[in-house]
Amino acid sequence: MLAKRIIPCLDVRDGKVVKGVKFEGVRDVGDPVALAEIYNEQGADEIVFYDITASYEKRGVMLDVVRETAKRVFVPLTVGGGIKTVDDIRETLRAGADKGSVNSQAVKNPQLIKDGADIFGSQCICVGIDAKKIADGKWTVYINGGRVDMKLDLIDWVKRIEQLGAGEICLNSIDADGTKEGFDLPMLRAVCDAVTIPVIASGGAGKIDDFSEVFEETGATAALAASLFHFGELTVGDVKTHCRSHGIPMRIK
Amino acid sequence: MIAIVDYGAGNIFSVKNALDYLGLENELTADAKKIEAADAVILPGVGAFPAAMNKLCESGLTEIVKAEARKKPFLGICLGMQMLFEKSYEFEECDGLGLIPGSVQKMETPGLIIPHMGWNKLEYGTDCPILHGLGDESYVYFVHSYAAVTEEKYLAAWVEYGGRVPAMVYDGDTVYGAQFHPEKSGSVGLQILKNFGGLIR
Repeated sequence: MLAKRIIPCLDVRDGKVVKGVKFEGVRDVGDPVALAEIYNEQGADEIVFYDITASYEKRGVMLDVVRETAKRVFVPLTVGGGIKTVDDIRETLRAGADKGSVNSQAVKNPQLIKDGADIFGSQCICVGIDAKKIADGKWTVYINGGRVDMKLDLIDWVKRIEQLGAGEICLNSIDADGTKEGFDLPMLRAVCDAVTIPVIASGGAGKIDDFSEVFEETGATAALAASLFHFGELTVGDVKTHCRSHGIPMRIK
Repeated sequence: MIAIVDYGAGNIFSVKNALDYLGLENELTADAKKIEAADAVILPGVGAFPAAMNKLCESGLTEIVKAEARKKPFLGICLGMQMLFEKSYEFEECDGLGLIPGSVQKMETPGLIIPHMGWNKLEYGTDCPILHGLGDESYVYFVHSYAAVTEEKYLAAWVEYGGRVPAMVYDGDTVYGAQFHPEKSGSVGLQILKNFGGLIR
């Protein structure tokens, strides 16, 4: 039976992990490669690097991080942030990533999803979405890190990206993000009902029950969290053992 | 030396990274002489079946790959595993390498997401040397929409996904095929590659 996935996400700027990280026994807590190795040891099913480097010219630094990680960590790697063209996707995959995640640029230029899927295969193209509730059962899509409302209906958008050939959706709820009050279940349910591609739940995880809840209450196939794992409040292993005790299929290392 | 056949299809660097990590000498190559001289061969592959078979043909490597697969340990990975069979029906009917009897067909799993993507648990069939020492609960990473249809006797491992999905096939001699990605399957995948390296005499 296919396991549900637990995915830690690392925000990286100029080659360093941004959010404060507390791990005992690790000297350079800002080293994304070292952290990826720790998450791998904890049983992460996949690792996401989110590049928040301000300048496009410094993308090479992120690619070096991916290259080094790919030599030591043998689980799927996804890179998001700053991918604007098919060439960017190609470079990302060549560096050793398995998937490229596109967000704002996909909204501005949906053809990027189709071109990427046609050239590299749907499995390489993840579309990240930041969305916010405007009414019951209605959400709109934001870009530029959740700052700009595109007045684009979320459900229309996810159907569109599925048609364009996206292999997966990483759905972040702006309302839930940072609250630590749990994933945005209504939004996740609505999106999972609208598409047949896998959906990763993102935003809002604050305690271990939030993970079992999102798998029990929605069709999400994976759950992503950042600060919760970085601050050492929970390990990936803790989350998986807990979910399995709820009868959710999990790969335990 | 393990030759990783480089015919221009898919992410071959991950396979190389994993072999390097294990200290198994290897080389990415499209050179027939090097494939002949190698102690073992890995055929990787990602993408569509007809395109990959065409690329292999254009590289002039089809016959050498077929011949060497019978002589030394030979592992097809993902699409490389599917290419071991006689035929595929991805987009169009297309001949494979014919090293293991069977065909490759679109997965039929009503109500389940296709592609079959993620970690799934191996269930073991016929004895297969490169699956030794894995333990009862071994998850490996899959990404595919087509699957092999073959006889039970070639099935060394399968996973449950709307029925039995062939995960590892083995001809009982030199030819191995992994539908999953051992190079992306954590410690279990590394153990499988290490076992494969151990077949070299």
